[in-house]
Amino acid sequence: MFAYYLQLGLRSLRKNPLLTLLMVLAIGCGVAASMTTYSVFRATSNNPIPQKSSQLYVPQIDNWGPEAQQDNKGEPPNAITYTDAINLMRDKRATRQTALFPAAMSIVPADPSMLPFRETSYAWYADAFPMFDIPFLYGHGWTADEDASHAAVAVIGKALNDKLFDGANSVGKNINLNGRDYRIVGVSAKWNPEPVFYDVINTNGFDDPIEVFIPFTRAVEVQTTTNGNNNCSKDPGKGWDAWIKSECVWLGFWAELPTTAQADAYRQYLNGYAAEQQRSGRFHWAPNTRLRNVTEWLDYQKVVPQEAKVSLLVSLGFLLICLVNTVGLLLAKFMKRASEIGVRRALGATRKEIYLQFLIEAAAIGLAGGVVGLVLTGLGVMGISLVFEPDIAKLATLDASLVLLTMLLAILATVLAAFYPTWRAAQVQPAWQLKSN
Amino acid sequence: MLKMTHLSKVYRTEVVETYALRDFNINVNEGEFVAVTGPSGSGKTTFLTIAGLLETFTGGQYHLDGVEVSNLNDNERSRIRNEKIGFIFQAFNLIPDLNVFDNVEVPLRYRGMKAAERKERIMDALERVGLASRAKHYPAELSGGQQQRVAIARALAGSPRLLLADEPTGNLDTQMARGVMELLEEIHREGATIVMVTHDPELAARAQRNVHIIDGQVVDLAEDPRFHHAVHAARNNAPA
Repeated sequence: MFAYYLQLGLRSLRKNPLLTLLMVLAIGCGVAASMTTYSVFRATSNNPIPQKSSQLYVPQIDNWGPEAQQDNKGEPPNAITYTDAINLMRDKRATRQTALFPAAMSIVPADPSMLPFRETSYAWYADAFPMFDIPFLYGHGWTADEDASHAAVAVIGKALNDKLFDGANSVGKNINLNGRDYRIVGVSAKWNPEPVFYDVINTNGFDDPIEVFIPFTRAVEVQTTTNGNNNCSKDPGKGWDAWIKSECVWLGFWAELPTTAQADAYRQYLNGYAAEQQRSGRFHWAPNTRLRNVTEWLDYQKVVPQEAKVSLLVSLGFLLICLVNTVGLLLAKFMKRASEIGVRRALGATRKEIYLQFLIEAAAIGLAGGVVGLVLTGLGVMGISLVFEPDIAKLATLDASLVLLTMLLAILATVLAAFYPTWRAAQVQPAWQLKSN
Repeated sequence: MLKMTHLSKVYRTEVVETYALRDFNINVNEGEFVAVTGPSGSGKTTFLTIAGLLETFTGGQYHLDGVEVSNLNDNERSRIRNEKIGFIFQAFNLIPDLNVFDNVEVPLRYRGMKAAERKERIMDALERVGLASRAKHYPAELSGGQQQRVAIARALAGSPRLLLADEPTGNLDTQMARGVMELLEEIHREGATIVMVTHDPELAARAQRNVHIIDGQVVDLAEDPRFHHAVHAARNNAPA
């Protein structure tokens, strides 16, 4: 019967092309507006590391005290000091842990025909590679021993490897960073989690893939300054040593804690650590620490832009208005066919069959609305940079899942809108219709 | 075939109750051709819609082909309508968007019949009413008489046990009405049970038996001399 009802539905739609066009356009525009804004929302609210998002944690330690935190509603700073980072690394209370910071590197290619260029790199510990599940094309990350010995080693990304070594295995070769040679130990495959969860503070959540990683210990030894934020509550004094001993916060920190029990234990450890700092006279306030996993951290940092949320809500409201209009149009269309319904009921159609016939007709409208919506969504995605920042806008893509979702939303929304008109159609009393004729 | 006992139908509003049928009794045997007559508003069409399970009743009993129908649900009533009853309406009630073939096909679709069997039954029914050559025409392209013949073909295609006709010639001129009536008589001769509501004493006279309804009740024709005379006169004027 499905084919029969579909055939009846298409015939009915062809009979009133203007009414059909109105409904298809209403559905298409509503769906397109929703899907265009959803494509941005989806990218920004994506879980960048779903397999580990509940196991990776950011510790925060309040080293500034209540007065300095007045504007931050009592929350500790978003980054930590070098002192705290080194202490946490030394205590090794997590399964894996790393401190990290971004650094701008000048790369001098071995090929004399190529000009030097700058790349943002990250300085972190060996644990970061397995912790963040970074895939490798060649080689691997460096070792903990190499961290300890401040080794001049580096991992580069695929794009940089393609650029400098034509994609060949460059493990064992050297790369010149800021005038110093580093031995390449690994080439990572494309790795660009969105949002950039491991350094939300310096990227606002979205950035190009990182192509160079060097050991944190080596970066500090050669006094590599951060390319990211550096916040101080008071003057740190002059010189490198004064800065790294200061209360300026400029480092990110991640701890891998696979179980809830480990996370709870780590919270206690953080509080204990802060209490110890208080006892030693460094902190003059009660311990104030936080431990947030990836999802909680991204929420706390408000990675999803407010305009993405608002525009999604507005466009869903627009879709609702389109659907309400469609309800009215469908109601008018279906009730105009009350006599046909009466005849069909008299000839043996059950209420269920009337429901099916009209819901399938509505689904056909939804399908056509979905196709229109798809075209408009494609245009919307192309024009999204008019509304959002370029870094955010480029995340919006019309991929297979969005195509499928657009079609599903169009069909489901139209079928949903058709429930009331169809219910009314199925309630038609055949006796009254046939008598009134 | 059709038996109603002490049947009543009441239309209720907040302020008034209106009896469309009251203590209504009728028994139609298999193979009978019964004409139901009566003045406008007497309850003829209400009787027909209840008989055709298009409407429920308020009290009493109704047995159709041996089945008490008062407790049947929508699905069961629909199935009986589809398999046992054929309807012929005054206004033909063809679906204007469907051609003749597709109109006749409608009840067979709801029976879940295979395409080949549907086609065979449809063409047989259209042959029987003399419209096989018009299978691809739309209702608007046919005369009133032809449309009613299509409606009869639609009723016949499902081989129903009972044909219910509501003023089948009411919208037709005399010549077309005669043709439709002859077709109904032919169908009856082939064994169908027919219940026909009509205002027309001439048509009523051509049925085997007349049932007269006044104020929602069946009355004995012998007690209504005016109608008796009208039927008698019609019989005398009927063509040989």
